[in-house]
Amino acid sequence: MTTTRTRKTTSDEPEARPPRRKPLSLGSEWTFELIETYYKEITRIAKNFGLDTYPNQLEIISAEQMMDAYASVGMPVMYNHWSFGKQFLSTHKHYQRGMMGLAYEIVINSNPCIAYLMEENTMTMQALVIAHASFGHNSFFKGNYLFRTWTEADAIIDYLVFAKRYIAECEARYGEDKVEELLDSCHALMNYGVDRYKRPQKLSLEKELARQAEREQYQQSQINEIWRTLPRRFEEEQAVAPKRFPEEPQENLLYFIEKFAPLLEPWQREIVRIIRKIAQYFYPQRQTQVMNEGWATFWHYTLMNQLYEEGLITDSAMFEFLHSHTNVVMQPGVDSPYFNGINPYALGFAMYRDIQRICQNPTEEDKRWFPDMAGSDWCKTLDFAMRNFKDESFVAQYLSPKLIRDFRFFSILDDDENATLKVSAIHDDAGYAEIRSQLASQYNLAYREPNIQVYDVNTRGDRSLTLRHYQYQRRPLANSVHEVLKHIARLWGFSVKLESVDEDGQVILSYDCKLEKRGSPF
Amino acid sequence: MHHLIDRRLNGKNKSAVNRERFLKRFKSQIRDAVARSVKDRSITDIERGEKVSIPVRDVNEPTLGHAQGGVWERVFPGNKEYLRGDQIDRPEQGGGGGGSGGSGQGGGGEDDFVFELSREEFLNFFFDELELPNLVKRQLQQTITFKSIRAGFTSDGTPTNIHVVRSLRSALGRRIALSAEPMRELNEAQEDLDKLLETRSEHDPLIKAVMAQIHALKTRVANIPFIDPFDLKYSNRIKIPLPTTQAVMFCVMDVSGSMDENKKDIAKRFFILLYLFLTRIYDKIEVVFIRHHTQAYEVNEDEFFHARDTGGTVVSSALKLTRQIIEARYPSSDWNIYVAQASDGDNWDSDSPQCREILQNNLLPLLQYYAYVEITEGEPQNLWYEYEMVAQTHKEFAMRRIRDASEIWPVFRDLFRKHPEKAVA
Repeated sequence: MTTTRTRKTTSDEPEARPPRRKPLSLGSEWTFELIETYYKEITRIAKNFGLDTYPNQLEIISAEQMMDAYASVGMPVMYNHWSFGKQFLSTHKHYQRGMMGLAYEIVINSNPCIAYLMEENTMTMQALVIAHASFGHNSFFKGNYLFRTWTEADAIIDYLVFAKRYIAECEARYGEDKVEELLDSCHALMNYGVDRYKRPQKLSLEKELARQAEREQYQQSQINEIWRTLPRRFEEEQAVAPKRFPEEPQENLLYFIEKFAPLLEPWQREIVRIIRKIAQYFYPQRQTQVMNEGWATFWHYTLMNQLYEEGLITDSAMFEFLHSHTNVVMQPGVDSPYFNGINPYALGFAMYRDIQRICQNPTEEDKRWFPDMAGSDWCKTLDFAMRNFKDESFVAQYLSPKLIRDFRFFSILDDDENATLKVSAIHDDAGYAEIRSQLASQYNLAYREPNIQVYDVNTRGDRSLTLRHYQYQRRPLANSVHEVLKHIARLWGFSVKLESVDEDGQVILSYDCKLEKRGSPF
Repeated sequence: MHHLIDRRLNGKNKSAVNRERFLKRFKSQIRDAVARSVKDRSITDIERGEKVSIPVRDVNEPTLGHAQGGVWERVFPGNKEYLRGDQIDRPEQGGGGGGSGGSGQGGGGEDDFVFELSREEFLNFFFDELELPNLVKRQLQQTITFKSIRAGFTSDGTPTNIHVVRSLRSALGRRIALSAEPMRELNEAQEDLDKLLETRSEHDPLIKAVMAQIHALKTRVANIPFIDPFDLKYSNRIKIPLPTTQAVMFCVMDVSGSMDENKKDIAKRFFILLYLFLTRIYDKIEVVFIRHHTQAYEVNEDEFFHARDTGGTVVSSALKLTRQIIEARYPSSDWNIYVAQASDGDNWDSDSPQCREILQNNLLPLLQYYAYVEITEGEPQNLWYEYEMVAQTHKEFAMRRIRDASEIWPVFRDLFRKHPEKAVA
C-alpha cells in the first residue's frame, strides 16, 4: 500500500529546499541532553505543521517499569486487583521468552501528557516515540471531539489517586475479599458502564472528596424511596396504572446498579461509580483506535521525515526508523498466518496519508469522490478530520477507492442459515461504497458489542431485575453470559433475568440467574 | 513547556501487590499445577523457579459478547482470487474468520494460562501445608538465641542509631520553647520603640536603652543552638529471647546390591525432597545421613547422595547405628528426633524380626516420627510385614510404598501433611 519514501541524497544532487544541517547525533546511544535537543527540534517542526498539544512530560523508565505500567492499563496510578497481576504475569512471561517486544511507548491522556520512554530504546527510537506519543497522540487527545467531551485530561490522575486511596481504605475496612468480589463484578460490566450520549460530570479530587459523603446519604435516601414499603393511599393506586421501572430502558447498567441496586452499601456504590468513571474515561479510546493510532503514526512518519530532510538525523538512523515503522504498519492478508484482523495502525496511517495525497495530488477519481477535499490545504483538512470524527464516521467519510484497492478489501457475508459464505463485495466499482459502509459499521461499538439494556425491575414482587438483549442480525450471546449474569446478580442482590429479543420485539431466549434471599450467585 | 523526568530509580515492583493477589486467588490451582510439574522432572532442579500453567477458564474474566451465529458481514484485507458473489465453504471451527467480534469466549479454546513463579514462590507452594508431625518444644529453658527488635526511642545510644527525624523534631520543639519568652519580649520592645519613635528623636537615651534591649534579646534568640546534645534521640533495639526447638532428622538409605539404579534414584529423590523441605521450613535442624548395606556408616551430605558402594543387606545395622548416635549426641529429652528410611524391603530373613524389635523397644520410644518408604514394584517382602506389625501399635510410625518415580511426591506429601487436629502446643 504505502510505499515509504526513502530519499537518498547523493552528493551530485544537493538538497535545494531546506538547508541541510549537521545531524543531531551519530551513535545510537541516547543521553538526557540529546533527548532535549531532539525534543526541541521536533517541537519546532510540529509547530510549523500546526499541531496543538498539551504540555509534555517525558518519563524515562526501565523495562520492568514498562511492564508494571502495562499491567495497570497504562495508568501511572491504579487500584489493586488480581486481574492486573494476571496481566503482569503474562506480559512478563512473553517478554522473558522474547516472544514479544514491549511497546515502545505508553502515553497517557492527561494534562500534562505523560509519555514513557524506555531506557532500552536507541536515540532514534526515542525520537520516534516522542514524535508518535508526545505530538501525535497528544494532539489527538487534545483535539478530538470525543476526548474533549468525555474525558478530563486535567483531572484523571487526581481522580485515580482518589480511587486508589478510596478502594484501599475499603479493603482495610471491609476486607480485601469483599472488595475484590465487587471489583470482579464491576469489571465484568465495565463495557456497560458508559453513557453513550449524556455528557458526564467533571472529575476533580477535591470535589469528589467533598461530595462523596453527601452523595452516599442522598443515594441511600433515593433507594429508600423506590423500595418504600409504606402503603400508598388506595385511590391513588387505582388511578395510576402500574408503571414499569425504569420507564425507559437504560443502557448504562453500572449507573443503574449504582443508583438503584437495593442492597448495596454506600461504599459499594462508590466503588461501582469509580469503575464506571474509569470505563467512561477509556470509552473514547475504544472508539478511535484507527484514528488515534493512525494519527500518531502519520505524525511520527511526517516529523521523522522532516528531520531527515533537514539533515538532522543520519541515514542509518532513518533506516532504523523505517524498519520499525514498516513493522508497525504491516497489514498481513487474510490468508497469512500472521493475520489478526485489520491493523489499526496500518489502516489509520494509510487513510491519513491518503487524505494528504488527495489534497496534494488528486486523481480524477478522487475529484469525483471527494470534490471538497481535492486540492485543499492538507494540514487543515487533516486537522478537521482528526477533530470531528470517530473510527466509524472517519472510515465512512474518508476511505477512498484507491485505499480499498490498495488493501484489496473484500467483504464476506456469513449467514448461519446458508451452507456457504458469500463474497458480498470486492474492491471494484460496484463494491467501493458497500465495503466502505460495511467497514465503517464494523467500527461501530454498538454493533460489535451486544446491545443490552435494563428493561424492568419487579418493584412489587421479588425485586428481580430484567435485562433485555436486543438482537442484531440474529447474533446470539456468547456463553460467558451465564457467568456475567451471576456478577450482575451479585451486584443487584436479587434474581436477574436476561431476555434476548429479536428484531420484531419477540422474546426468543431467556437466561436466568436465580438468587436465594441474601444468597450468593457463586 | 515540557519536563523530562528520570523515573528509573522509582520502584519497579508496582505490580507486586497485584501479582500476589493473583497468586492468592488461584492458590489451589497453582498448588495442583506445582504438584503436577514436579512429577515430570528431576527433583534436583526444584530449586529453580518454575513455569506453571492453570486452566484458562479459571482465570477468565467474563464479559458480554457475541457468539458465532446469526448474520455477520465482515471486511477483510488481502483479496487474491474472489469475485463478488463467490461462494466459499465455511472454514472448520470458524478459524478463518472468527478473529474479531468477541467470539473468543464461545468454546473450544481450552488453553492454559502459563506463567512463571520465582523459586521462592514455587517452593512455598511446593511445601505448603507440610510439617514435621508432633514437633514439641523441648527444653525451653535452654533457649540461648535472641532476636533483636525495635523498641521505641531512647535519649542515649551510639551515633549510628541516631534517629534524625525524632532528633530534629525535638530540637524544633526546644527552639520554639526557649525562644518563646524572648520573642514575646522582643515584640513588646519593638512596639515600645515604634511608639517612642513617634514622639522622640533617635538620640533620646530612652530609645537608646530600648534599642540596646532589642539587641540583647535578638542575640539571645540567635544564640539558641540549632541542635543540642539534649535533643538527640536514638532508635532503641532490645533483644528478646526466642524459644527454639531442636530437631534432628535421620536419613537412612539402603544402598545394597538389590537396590538397582532406578530404586536408588527414587530413594535419592525422596531424600533430596526431604532435605529441601527441612532446610527451608526449619531454621535450625540437624540432619544425620546414614547409608547401609551389611554395615551402616554415617556420612556427610555429599557422600550420602553421590557415593557408590554396595553389598548385601542388613537393615538392623542402620537402626543400631541410629540408636548409637542418638544416645551419644541427641538426648531425647532435648531433641525432637525424626527418622526417614528408604529401602527396597529386601533384607536377610533373620534380620527383619530383629529390626522390628529394635524399633519397638529401642528406637520408637525416643522418636517423634518414623517414616518408612519401601521402593519396589513387586510384592512386599518380609521387612514390610514386620513393619506392618509395628505400625499397628505405634501411631508415630508411618509406612508407604513407592512404585515409580511419579509417586514420590504424593507419598512425600502424604507422610508430611499437616494434621491440624493434632497440633501440639
